[in-house]
Amino acid sequence: MSAPPRYTLYHPRWYRRRVSVWWWLQNRSYTWFVLRELTSVFVAFFAVVYLWQLRALGQGPEAYELFLARLRTPPFLALNTVAFLFVLFHAITWFNLTPKAMVVRLRGKRVPDWVIVGSNYAAWLVLSGAVAFMLLRG
Amino acid sequence: MPSTVALTVSRYRPERESEPTSQTYEIPFRKDWVVLDALNHVKDHLDGSLSFRWSCRMGVCGSCGMKVNGTPKLTCATFLSEYPPGPIRIEPLDYFPVVRDLVVDLTDFVRKLQQVKPWIIRKEERPPGEGEYLQTPDQLDTYKQFSMCINCMLCYSACPIYGLEPSFIGPAAIALAQRYNMDSRDQGATERLKILSEHDGIWQCTFVGECTKVCPKHVDPAGAIQQYKLTAATHWVRSLLLPWGSR
Repeated sequence: MSAPPRYTLYHPRWYRRRVSVWWWLQNRSYTWFVLRELTSVFVAFFAVVYLWQLRALGQGPEAYELFLARLRTPPFLALNTVAFLFVLFHAITWFNLTPKAMVVRLRGKRVPDWVIVGSNYAAWLVLSGAVAFMLLRG
Repeated sequence: MPSTVALTVSRYRPERESEPTSQTYEIPFRKDWVVLDALNHVKDHLDGSLSFRWSCRMGVCGSCGMKVNGTPKLTCATFLSEYPPGPIRIEPLDYFPVVRDLVVDLTDFVRKLQQVKPWIIRKEERPPGEGEYLQTPDQLDTYKQFSMCINCMLCYSACPIYGLEPSFIGPAAIALAQRYNMDSRDQGATERLKILSEHDGIWQCTFVGECTKVCPKHVDPAGAIQQYKLTAATHWVRSLLLPWGSR
């Protein structure tokens, strides 16, 4: 036992515990939460790549070919795969959380959570389908 | 089922120790016992010096919140049989200062709760003689969930944001503010907005979601905060577009 602290009767010495730097490893949901927060970095990464692509497009066909060739290099393929997985995780986790923030009431009754989540996934599917259609048509 | 189980309890005796230690008691492993029964058994038969709070034993008073094997729980509603074969670790709730053993000080929460004005605010009070403020069942239904909070503080103990940013108003206080904001009889939403949409209010929350998971009364504080973020953001846009109309 450590040395007795100075203690005055009726003046309690409260114990305050410091939060560990590793708090997010104490519990699986905290780890998932931190991973979800981390996905924003990869969302930003895709945005930067997109801007880079637009810049290359503006500089002419040669620059665009060079951009595409760079994207095909193994480090970029690896990075893009990791980034894609994180963005997928981002989309799925946030879609699943939407009913918490969106409470829709129809005729005084709350619309069930699965309808809110489902409509998000449906919109995702329709938009992805539309994009795929536009890309594959040409 | 084993006949006994080890109960490892966090002890903090400020007159003797500068930081908490733990003590293990061997107690009967009865399937009809909740953790609180085990603690009372220790207090009555093994060690009268153990300090903890409890009152109603039926999930109404919110006094007996503690961490059981690392998760914030109401000990009156947590059966020993959920943790075979033990040991079962009992600790005080996280992020509140420990007064003694399993007793924490909740002054911070009480102060924050008062800040969000958890009562019905009317622009003009009607004299009592004119009768009650009436409400339909549907209107009651919009906020009833948030009114179930028993201030047990499990949500604060589960919220890492409150641990890292002690100035955060926190889940239960915001859920209770939302309980009054959504009450059709209340007219105080603008007054509460000033406190809730400040830095220490809803915007501190990054939606970990654990508050909702540990809540024994299904209040869903995480939902209350996210819904209020939407309200505050809408209010902000409206005040930007129609600065004269927001007052």
